[in-house]
Amino acid sequence: MTKVVVVTSGKGGVGKTTTSAAIGAGLALRGYKTAVLDFDIGLRNLDLVMGCERRVVYDFVNVIQGDAKLHQALIRVKNAENLYVLPASQTRDKDALTTEGVEKVIDELKETFDFIVCDSPAGIERGAHHAMYFADEAIVVTNPEVSSVRDSDRMLGLLASKSRRAEQGEKVKEHLLLTRYSPKRVSQGEMLSVDDVSELLDISLLGVIPESQAVLYASNRGVPVVMDEKSDAAQAYMDAVQRFLGDDIPHRFIEQQKKGLFGRLFGS
Amino acid sequence: MIPITVLNILSGDLERFAKQLARKVRQAPGLFQGMPVVLDMQSVSAPEHEIDIPRLALLLGDQGLVPIGVRHGNRAQRQMAQDFGLAVLPDSDGGRESRSAQPSSEAAPAGTPAKRAAAKLILQPVRSGQQIYAEGGDLIVLASVSPGAEILADGHIHVYGSLHGRALAGVQGDESARIFCRKLYAELVSVAGIYRVYEDVDADLRGTAAQVFLREQQLITESL
Repeated sequence: MTKVVVVTSGKGGVGKTTTSAAIGAGLALRGYKTAVLDFDIGLRNLDLVMGCERRVVYDFVNVIQGDAKLHQALIRVKNAENLYVLPASQTRDKDALTTEGVEKVIDELKETFDFIVCDSPAGIERGAHHAMYFADEAIVVTNPEVSSVRDSDRMLGLLASKSRRAEQGEKVKEHLLLTRYSPKRVSQGEMLSVDDVSELLDISLLGVIPESQAVLYASNRGVPVVMDEKSDAAQAYMDAVQRFLGDDIPHRFIEQQKKGLFGRLFGS
Repeated sequence: MIPITVLNILSGDLERFAKQLARKVRQAPGLFQGMPVVLDMQSVSAPEHEIDIPRLALLLGDQGLVPIGVRHGNRAQRQMAQDFGLAVLPDSDGGRESRSAQPSSEAAPAGTPAKRAAAKLILQPVRSGQQIYAEGGDLIVLASVSPGAEILADGHIHVYGSLHGRALAGVQGDESARIFCRKLYAELVSVAGIYRVYEDVDADLRGTAAQVFLREQQLITESL
């Protein structure tokens, strides 16, 4: 059974697209055929972050409006066997998306894919609504920061009431992904801790992704961050993918790393 | 029997009335939108009171309420109401032409439903932007209420988690209503329209198990 997963947040700039790319790539690396869809019409980024921007011919809106077939618009990600991207349109606006159109695309993808990852735009308006409407599960990306927590809470309320599953009396399975986490700043009392955020949002914790240079580097290179296996962010994302697939593994990157003597002498 | 909100008109000072009304509606705008009300003229039915009933009805309409009729008015008031298209409801004691100027000792609250409905039970967190209203009864929340959420009840409110957001008990005027919570972080608490914001809550009580209730028209916050 294909699973539709929305990556959403409410707040902008918290790491939805990075996460969509990372989770999508992580699932593909585990052998699952995965499609990542960009719902941010007019402000598309997913194609950039996944290194596909020079191969975009047709996009999501073209498929909905019948200008192109789905297989013409889907782009296979280089060096990743099971990973495909459906880019958003850059020239249109989000009114070009319709619920029926999105449903048709998702139904067609369900015929051949194991996972459909929907990269939501920021906000709670139409684009975000379409991204979450058909979801079976939701990854709510949150920064350890008060406005992000409040917006994520709002989004959780919408998932519980305005998704198709909610309309049919079922539930969307909710996961918390805490991104840009800095144990050092938490211990200095500058940043909300994992426990603070978990208590405020009251949903199960999928993963904690540390603040990392690797994210910017990967993004600018057009490579999903998980491909850079050695970085902390990559490992944290792969852990999150494992938990998403059902394995219960302990959370790393939550404790402040104790610096060795050299670390303390030369800073970090 | 249809429960209808009764608005007791206590004075002819419509400017002051408009301000009070606007303040009350601001606390829970969704609640008052489209609410039918009956105007009770008992306190102002003595001949010296001159109430501009059409103007009063328009003021109510501005705030989204729907005046549907009057009762306990004097003859002139009843005529004004009728001319304006409002219903003249029978007096609660079977109809009287004149009335003595003695106020009733028990002040009728602005409309309490005759019977309490069963309590409304919420098992999931009440999220930011959500509004829950327990009409005709109590509200029991077995999870937390997030900042930016609103919970209202005609009766009591119990929150067995953390209460952030706004909690309004006794919204139809029941002054005996109370708010009980495990952890008080509410942005605003109110009983029968008398409210307090978090900033004005005693620092010692913030974040603790507390109850909020009215004592002689004063809002009291006490440790549970």
